[in-house]
Amino acid sequence: MKVLRVRVDRERCQGHARCFALAPELFELDQWGNGRERGDGAVPAPLEQKARLAQANCPELAITIIEE
Amino acid sequence: MGESMSPRPPASDWSTDFDHLDPRWSENPYPIWDELRQSCPIAHTDRFMGAYFPSRYEDVRAIAYDTEHFSSRRIIVRETRPPLIPAPPITSDPPEHRPAKQVLLPAFTPEAIERHEPHARAICRELIGRIAGKSRCDAAVEYAQEIPVRVIAHMLGVPEQEGELFRKWIKEILEIGITDHEVLMRAQREMIAYFAEKIAARRAVPRDDLIGYLINASVDGRAFSDEHINGTLRLLLIAGIDTTWSAIGSCLWHLAQHADDRRRLAAEPDLMGPAVEEFLRAYAPVTMAREVVKETEIAGCAFKPGHMVLLSFPAANRDPAMFPDADQVIIDRKENRHAAFGLGIHRCIGSNLARMEIRVALSEWLARLPEFRLDPDARVTWSVGTVRGPRALPLLLG
Repeated sequence: MKVLRVRVDRERCQGHARCFALAPELFELDQWGNGRERGDGAVPAPLEQKARLAQANCPELAITIIEE
Repeated sequence: MGESMSPRPPASDWSTDFDHLDPRWSENPYPIWDELRQSCPIAHTDRFMGAYFPSRYEDVRAIAYDTEHFSSRRIIVRETRPPLIPAPPITSDPPEHRPAKQVLLPAFTPEAIERHEPHARAICRELIGRIAGKSRCDAAVEYAQEIPVRVIAHMLGVPEQEGELFRKWIKEILEIGITDHEVLMRAQREMIAYFAEKIAARRAVPRDDLIGYLINASVDGRAFSDEHINGTLRLLLIAGIDTTWSAIGSCLWHLAQHADDRRRLAAEPDLMGPAVEEFLRAYAPVTMAREVVKETEIAGCAFKPGHMVLLSFPAANRDPAMFPDADQVIIDRKENRHAAFGLGIHRCIGSNLARMEIRVALSEWLARLPEFRLDPDARVTWSVGTVRGPRALPLLLG
């Protein structure tokens, strides 16, 4: 069965916080407001659309969605 | 001041002689940028002692990411090259940029900004209370310009009622000072003296505000000099005011002319998120600049050291190669990687604050004043230069 994971590239992220605004279930911010995936980044099936929306709105192209 | 400026010869050709102070550019720059994107995507002018204007998203992005060839030590294209007056982190390059920005970031996270939302809402309600019941108003003067100034003044710890003084400095530094060196330097001196006094007062009597926070802050065990703090405070005050004032004004200007969007937004509050992003894309207020410090080439265009680059995030946001129907305002646009807050290390530190203020300003306005349109008997006027937004926005209400 396929598992989707989101990952934020910490080097690319500049803290626009779009991922957190659009999919707070999948992303969180650190104390400086930079984004990171929650936990292991696993995306429950009902949240796949939100994951794709977050990726499509990151101005720094910092989010990847990995299919395992 | 404005009267002493000599009349400028109009730009003869946008690709070889552009002038972002030309009234045609201030009034409606979008067709000019569309033309440039097709004919000469990186324009140049001999005005301003030499400046480039990239009109495509990909070139704006490449320059924003390239801190080696493009320095932020000058971030405004002016007629001359005045002495460098640092306002970290916006004027900082690596490696100084990182600590200068890092110290500020915790105060501007979405969570930190949420604490200021009730204050912003109270300001909006108070202003609307004065407007409601009237048949016409100037939404730029009576509403948009008052909101960000009071919020940022409160955050910094300076009097909220001094908005008029702050706006005078902003006009002198960002508009008149583009061509009038004396006015620019005087405004800078006044601001430096103003904040020097505030910093000294805060050292004597501590207070829980951004001035107090910066005095005690350190990054990697290093505190910041008074000169550094002074520059940062001047940046926060200037950047915190006319940018969001412009954005709120542009949103209302759009909604005044598009009843469909206005009614839809009032009826579907969930649309506020994507709508604010779309307004930020389409009417991005802030154009930054860089100084070329090392010769390089982008998209076949040679960039010569000493020339400036007008780094137009607003033009990038209108590039059809990046945004389908770039000239259409689509308030439920799904994919929107706009660059209104910049790209790369200089991402606007106030982006979460600006978003909160715009969202609160629009939702409070629409809740009380759902029907409004441009007053056909009065003129909308726009700011000139670095930040674009309506400075007069005459509306008919009801």
